[in-house]
Amino acid sequence: MSELKAGTNLERVLQAGHFAITAELGPPKSADVDVIKTKAAYLKGIVDAVNITDNQTAIVRMSSIAAGVLALKEGLEPVIQITCRDRNRIAIQSDVLGAYALGLKNILCLTGDHQVFGNHSTSKNVFDMDSIQLIQALKNMRDEKVFICGDEIKNSKKAPVVEPRIFIGGAANPFGDPFEFRVIRLAKKVNAGVDFIQTQCIYDMERFEKWMKQVRERGLHKKVKILAGLTPLKSVGMAKYMRDNVAGLTVPDYYLERLSKVEDKAAEGIKICVEQIKRLREIEGVAGIHLMAIEWERRVPEIVEAAGLLPRP
Amino acid sequence: MITAVQKPFEEISEMVKGSQNLLILGCGSCVTVCMAGGEKEVGILASILRLANKEKGVSMEIVEDTIERQCDREFFDDVKEKIERADAVLSMACGVGVQFCSEIFSRQIVLPALNTRFYGATEQQGVWTERCAGCGDCVLAKFGGICPVARCSKSLLNGPCGGSQDGKCEVDPENIDCGWQLIYDRLKSLNLLSRLEENEPVKDWSSGRDGGPGKIVREDMLL
Repeated sequence: MSELKAGTNLERVLQAGHFAITAELGPPKSADVDVIKTKAAYLKGIVDAVNITDNQTAIVRMSSIAAGVLALKEGLEPVIQITCRDRNRIAIQSDVLGAYALGLKNILCLTGDHQVFGNHSTSKNVFDMDSIQLIQALKNMRDEKVFICGDEIKNSKKAPVVEPRIFIGGAANPFGDPFEFRVIRLAKKVNAGVDFIQTQCIYDMERFEKWMKQVRERGLHKKVKILAGLTPLKSVGMAKYMRDNVAGLTVPDYYLERLSKVEDKAAEGIKICVEQIKRLREIEGVAGIHLMAIEWERRVPEIVEAAGLLPRP
Repeated sequence: MITAVQKPFEEISEMVKGSQNLLILGCGSCVTVCMAGGEKEVGILASILRLANKEKGVSMEIVEDTIERQCDREFFDDVKEKIERADAVLSMACGVGVQFCSEIFSRQIVLPALNTRFYGATEQQGVWTERCAGCGDCVLAKFGGICPVARCSKSLLNGPCGGSQDGKCEVDPENIDCGWQLIYDRLKSLNLLSRLEENEPVKDWSSGRDGGPGKIVREDMLL
C-alpha cells in the first residue's frame, strides 16, 4: 500500500480497496447540539466518514467545523465541506489550519450554492476562489507546505513547519451542462490534486455510466477515488421536486411510476436505492457511494445493511 | 457603457420633497444611450413631477437641462448658473456624474435620479446586459473573448459549476445565460477547447475594487 497522505479512516478504506460509504449530516439551523448527537447515533459504525455540510443551499446553519468537532466526539469521522461562497482565501486557509488542529482531516472543496437560493438572498458573495483553486490550495498546503501566497506554514522563521495534512475531496456533477465538459472539469480537479470525488446524486444511471466511460477513457479512475452520490427518494413529491427544481438532475419516469404504484413509498425508495448501489458496484472505477439521505439519516443503516455492506472495515 | 435605470418615482418624489426650485440635469453620454437619463428622460421626469406636484398642491419650480457629460468638468460651465440658482439638483447621470456634480458644486444638494447598474452593451432595442466587471486585469484573451468574471454568477475561472443547465444559469434561468456554456461553445467553434483543460490559478483581485478606490495617473498627460 502506498503511503497515506492524511491517514484518515476514509483514506485507509479507499486505499485498501474496500467499497467505501460516506453519508451526510446537515448541521442544525440552530445551536441545538442534540440534533447532531441524534443524527450521529444513526450513522456511527455504519459508514466510513460523514460529510458535514457548509451552509448548504445558502441557508444559515451551525458551522461545518463546529458541527464536525461535535460529530467527531460522537465517534464519527467527519468530512468537512468548505465552500468558496462565504469566505475569501484568508478565512479559508485559516479555517483549514483550525480544522486540522481540531482533528478534522478530510475536507471537501466546493464552489458553493449561490446565495440567491438561501435565506439571506440579499447578502454579498465572495467567490475569491473556485473549487478547483481551493483543491490546489489544500494540496500545496499539505505537500509543498506553503500558503497560497507562497509563505511557508510555520509560526516564525525558526519555528517548525506544521502543515495541515488533509485528505482532499471534490465534487463532480455528471449531469450538468455542457456534458462533454464534465469529464474535463474532473480532470482539472485531478490535476489540482484531489484525492477523492463525491458525485451529485444519481438517478439517471445510463448517463452516469456514459460519464464513467469517459472517466475511464482518460484513466482518471486510477488517479482519484470516485464515490457515486445517491439520495434515496422518500415520496413521489420529492422525486418530482428533484426532477423539476435541481439543475442538472433528471429522475427517470420509471422511478416515479414505481413509487406511485406502491403504498409504502419510503420502502420502495430505499429498495430503489439498494438496487442502485448493487448496480454501481459493478461499474469499473466506482470506489464507493456517498449517501445523501436528506433529513433521513435514520434510514441509512437499513440501506447499508440491505446492500450487504456491513460490517464496515 | 455604464448602464442605469430610473429609480421608482415614489423614491424620487420623496427625495425632492421640500425643494422650491429644482434643476433636473441629464447626461448626454451612457445614460442617454441606455435611455435612462438623457434629454428625453429629463423631459418626461419633469412632466410627471410637475403633474404630481399640481395634484398635491405643491409649489416647485422645475428647470430642465442636459449636458454632454457629467463626468468631465468642462461641460458644467454651461449650466453653472442654473445649478447655483436651484435649491437642489436632481442628476440623471450615473453615480459618477452625480458625485462629480456634487464635488464641483460643493454647496449644492445633488440627488440621484438613477440606480447605476453595470458596464453593459445594448443587446437589442430595450435590452442591456452586463459584459465587464472592471476587474483591472483583463482575462478575455484566455476565454475566447467572453468574461467569466462578469458573466458567470460566481465569477468562476474554472467553470462551469453544476448549476449550468441547457445553456442557462440556475441563478435565473430566464434571464441569465451560463457564461461558461458561452465560453465552451466559443472555444469549441475556434477549435481551442484544449485551453479549458488548463487549470486557472487564483486571480489577483487587487487591480480592481478589492485594491481600494481606483486611480489612474498618466504622467504623460498631466499639465
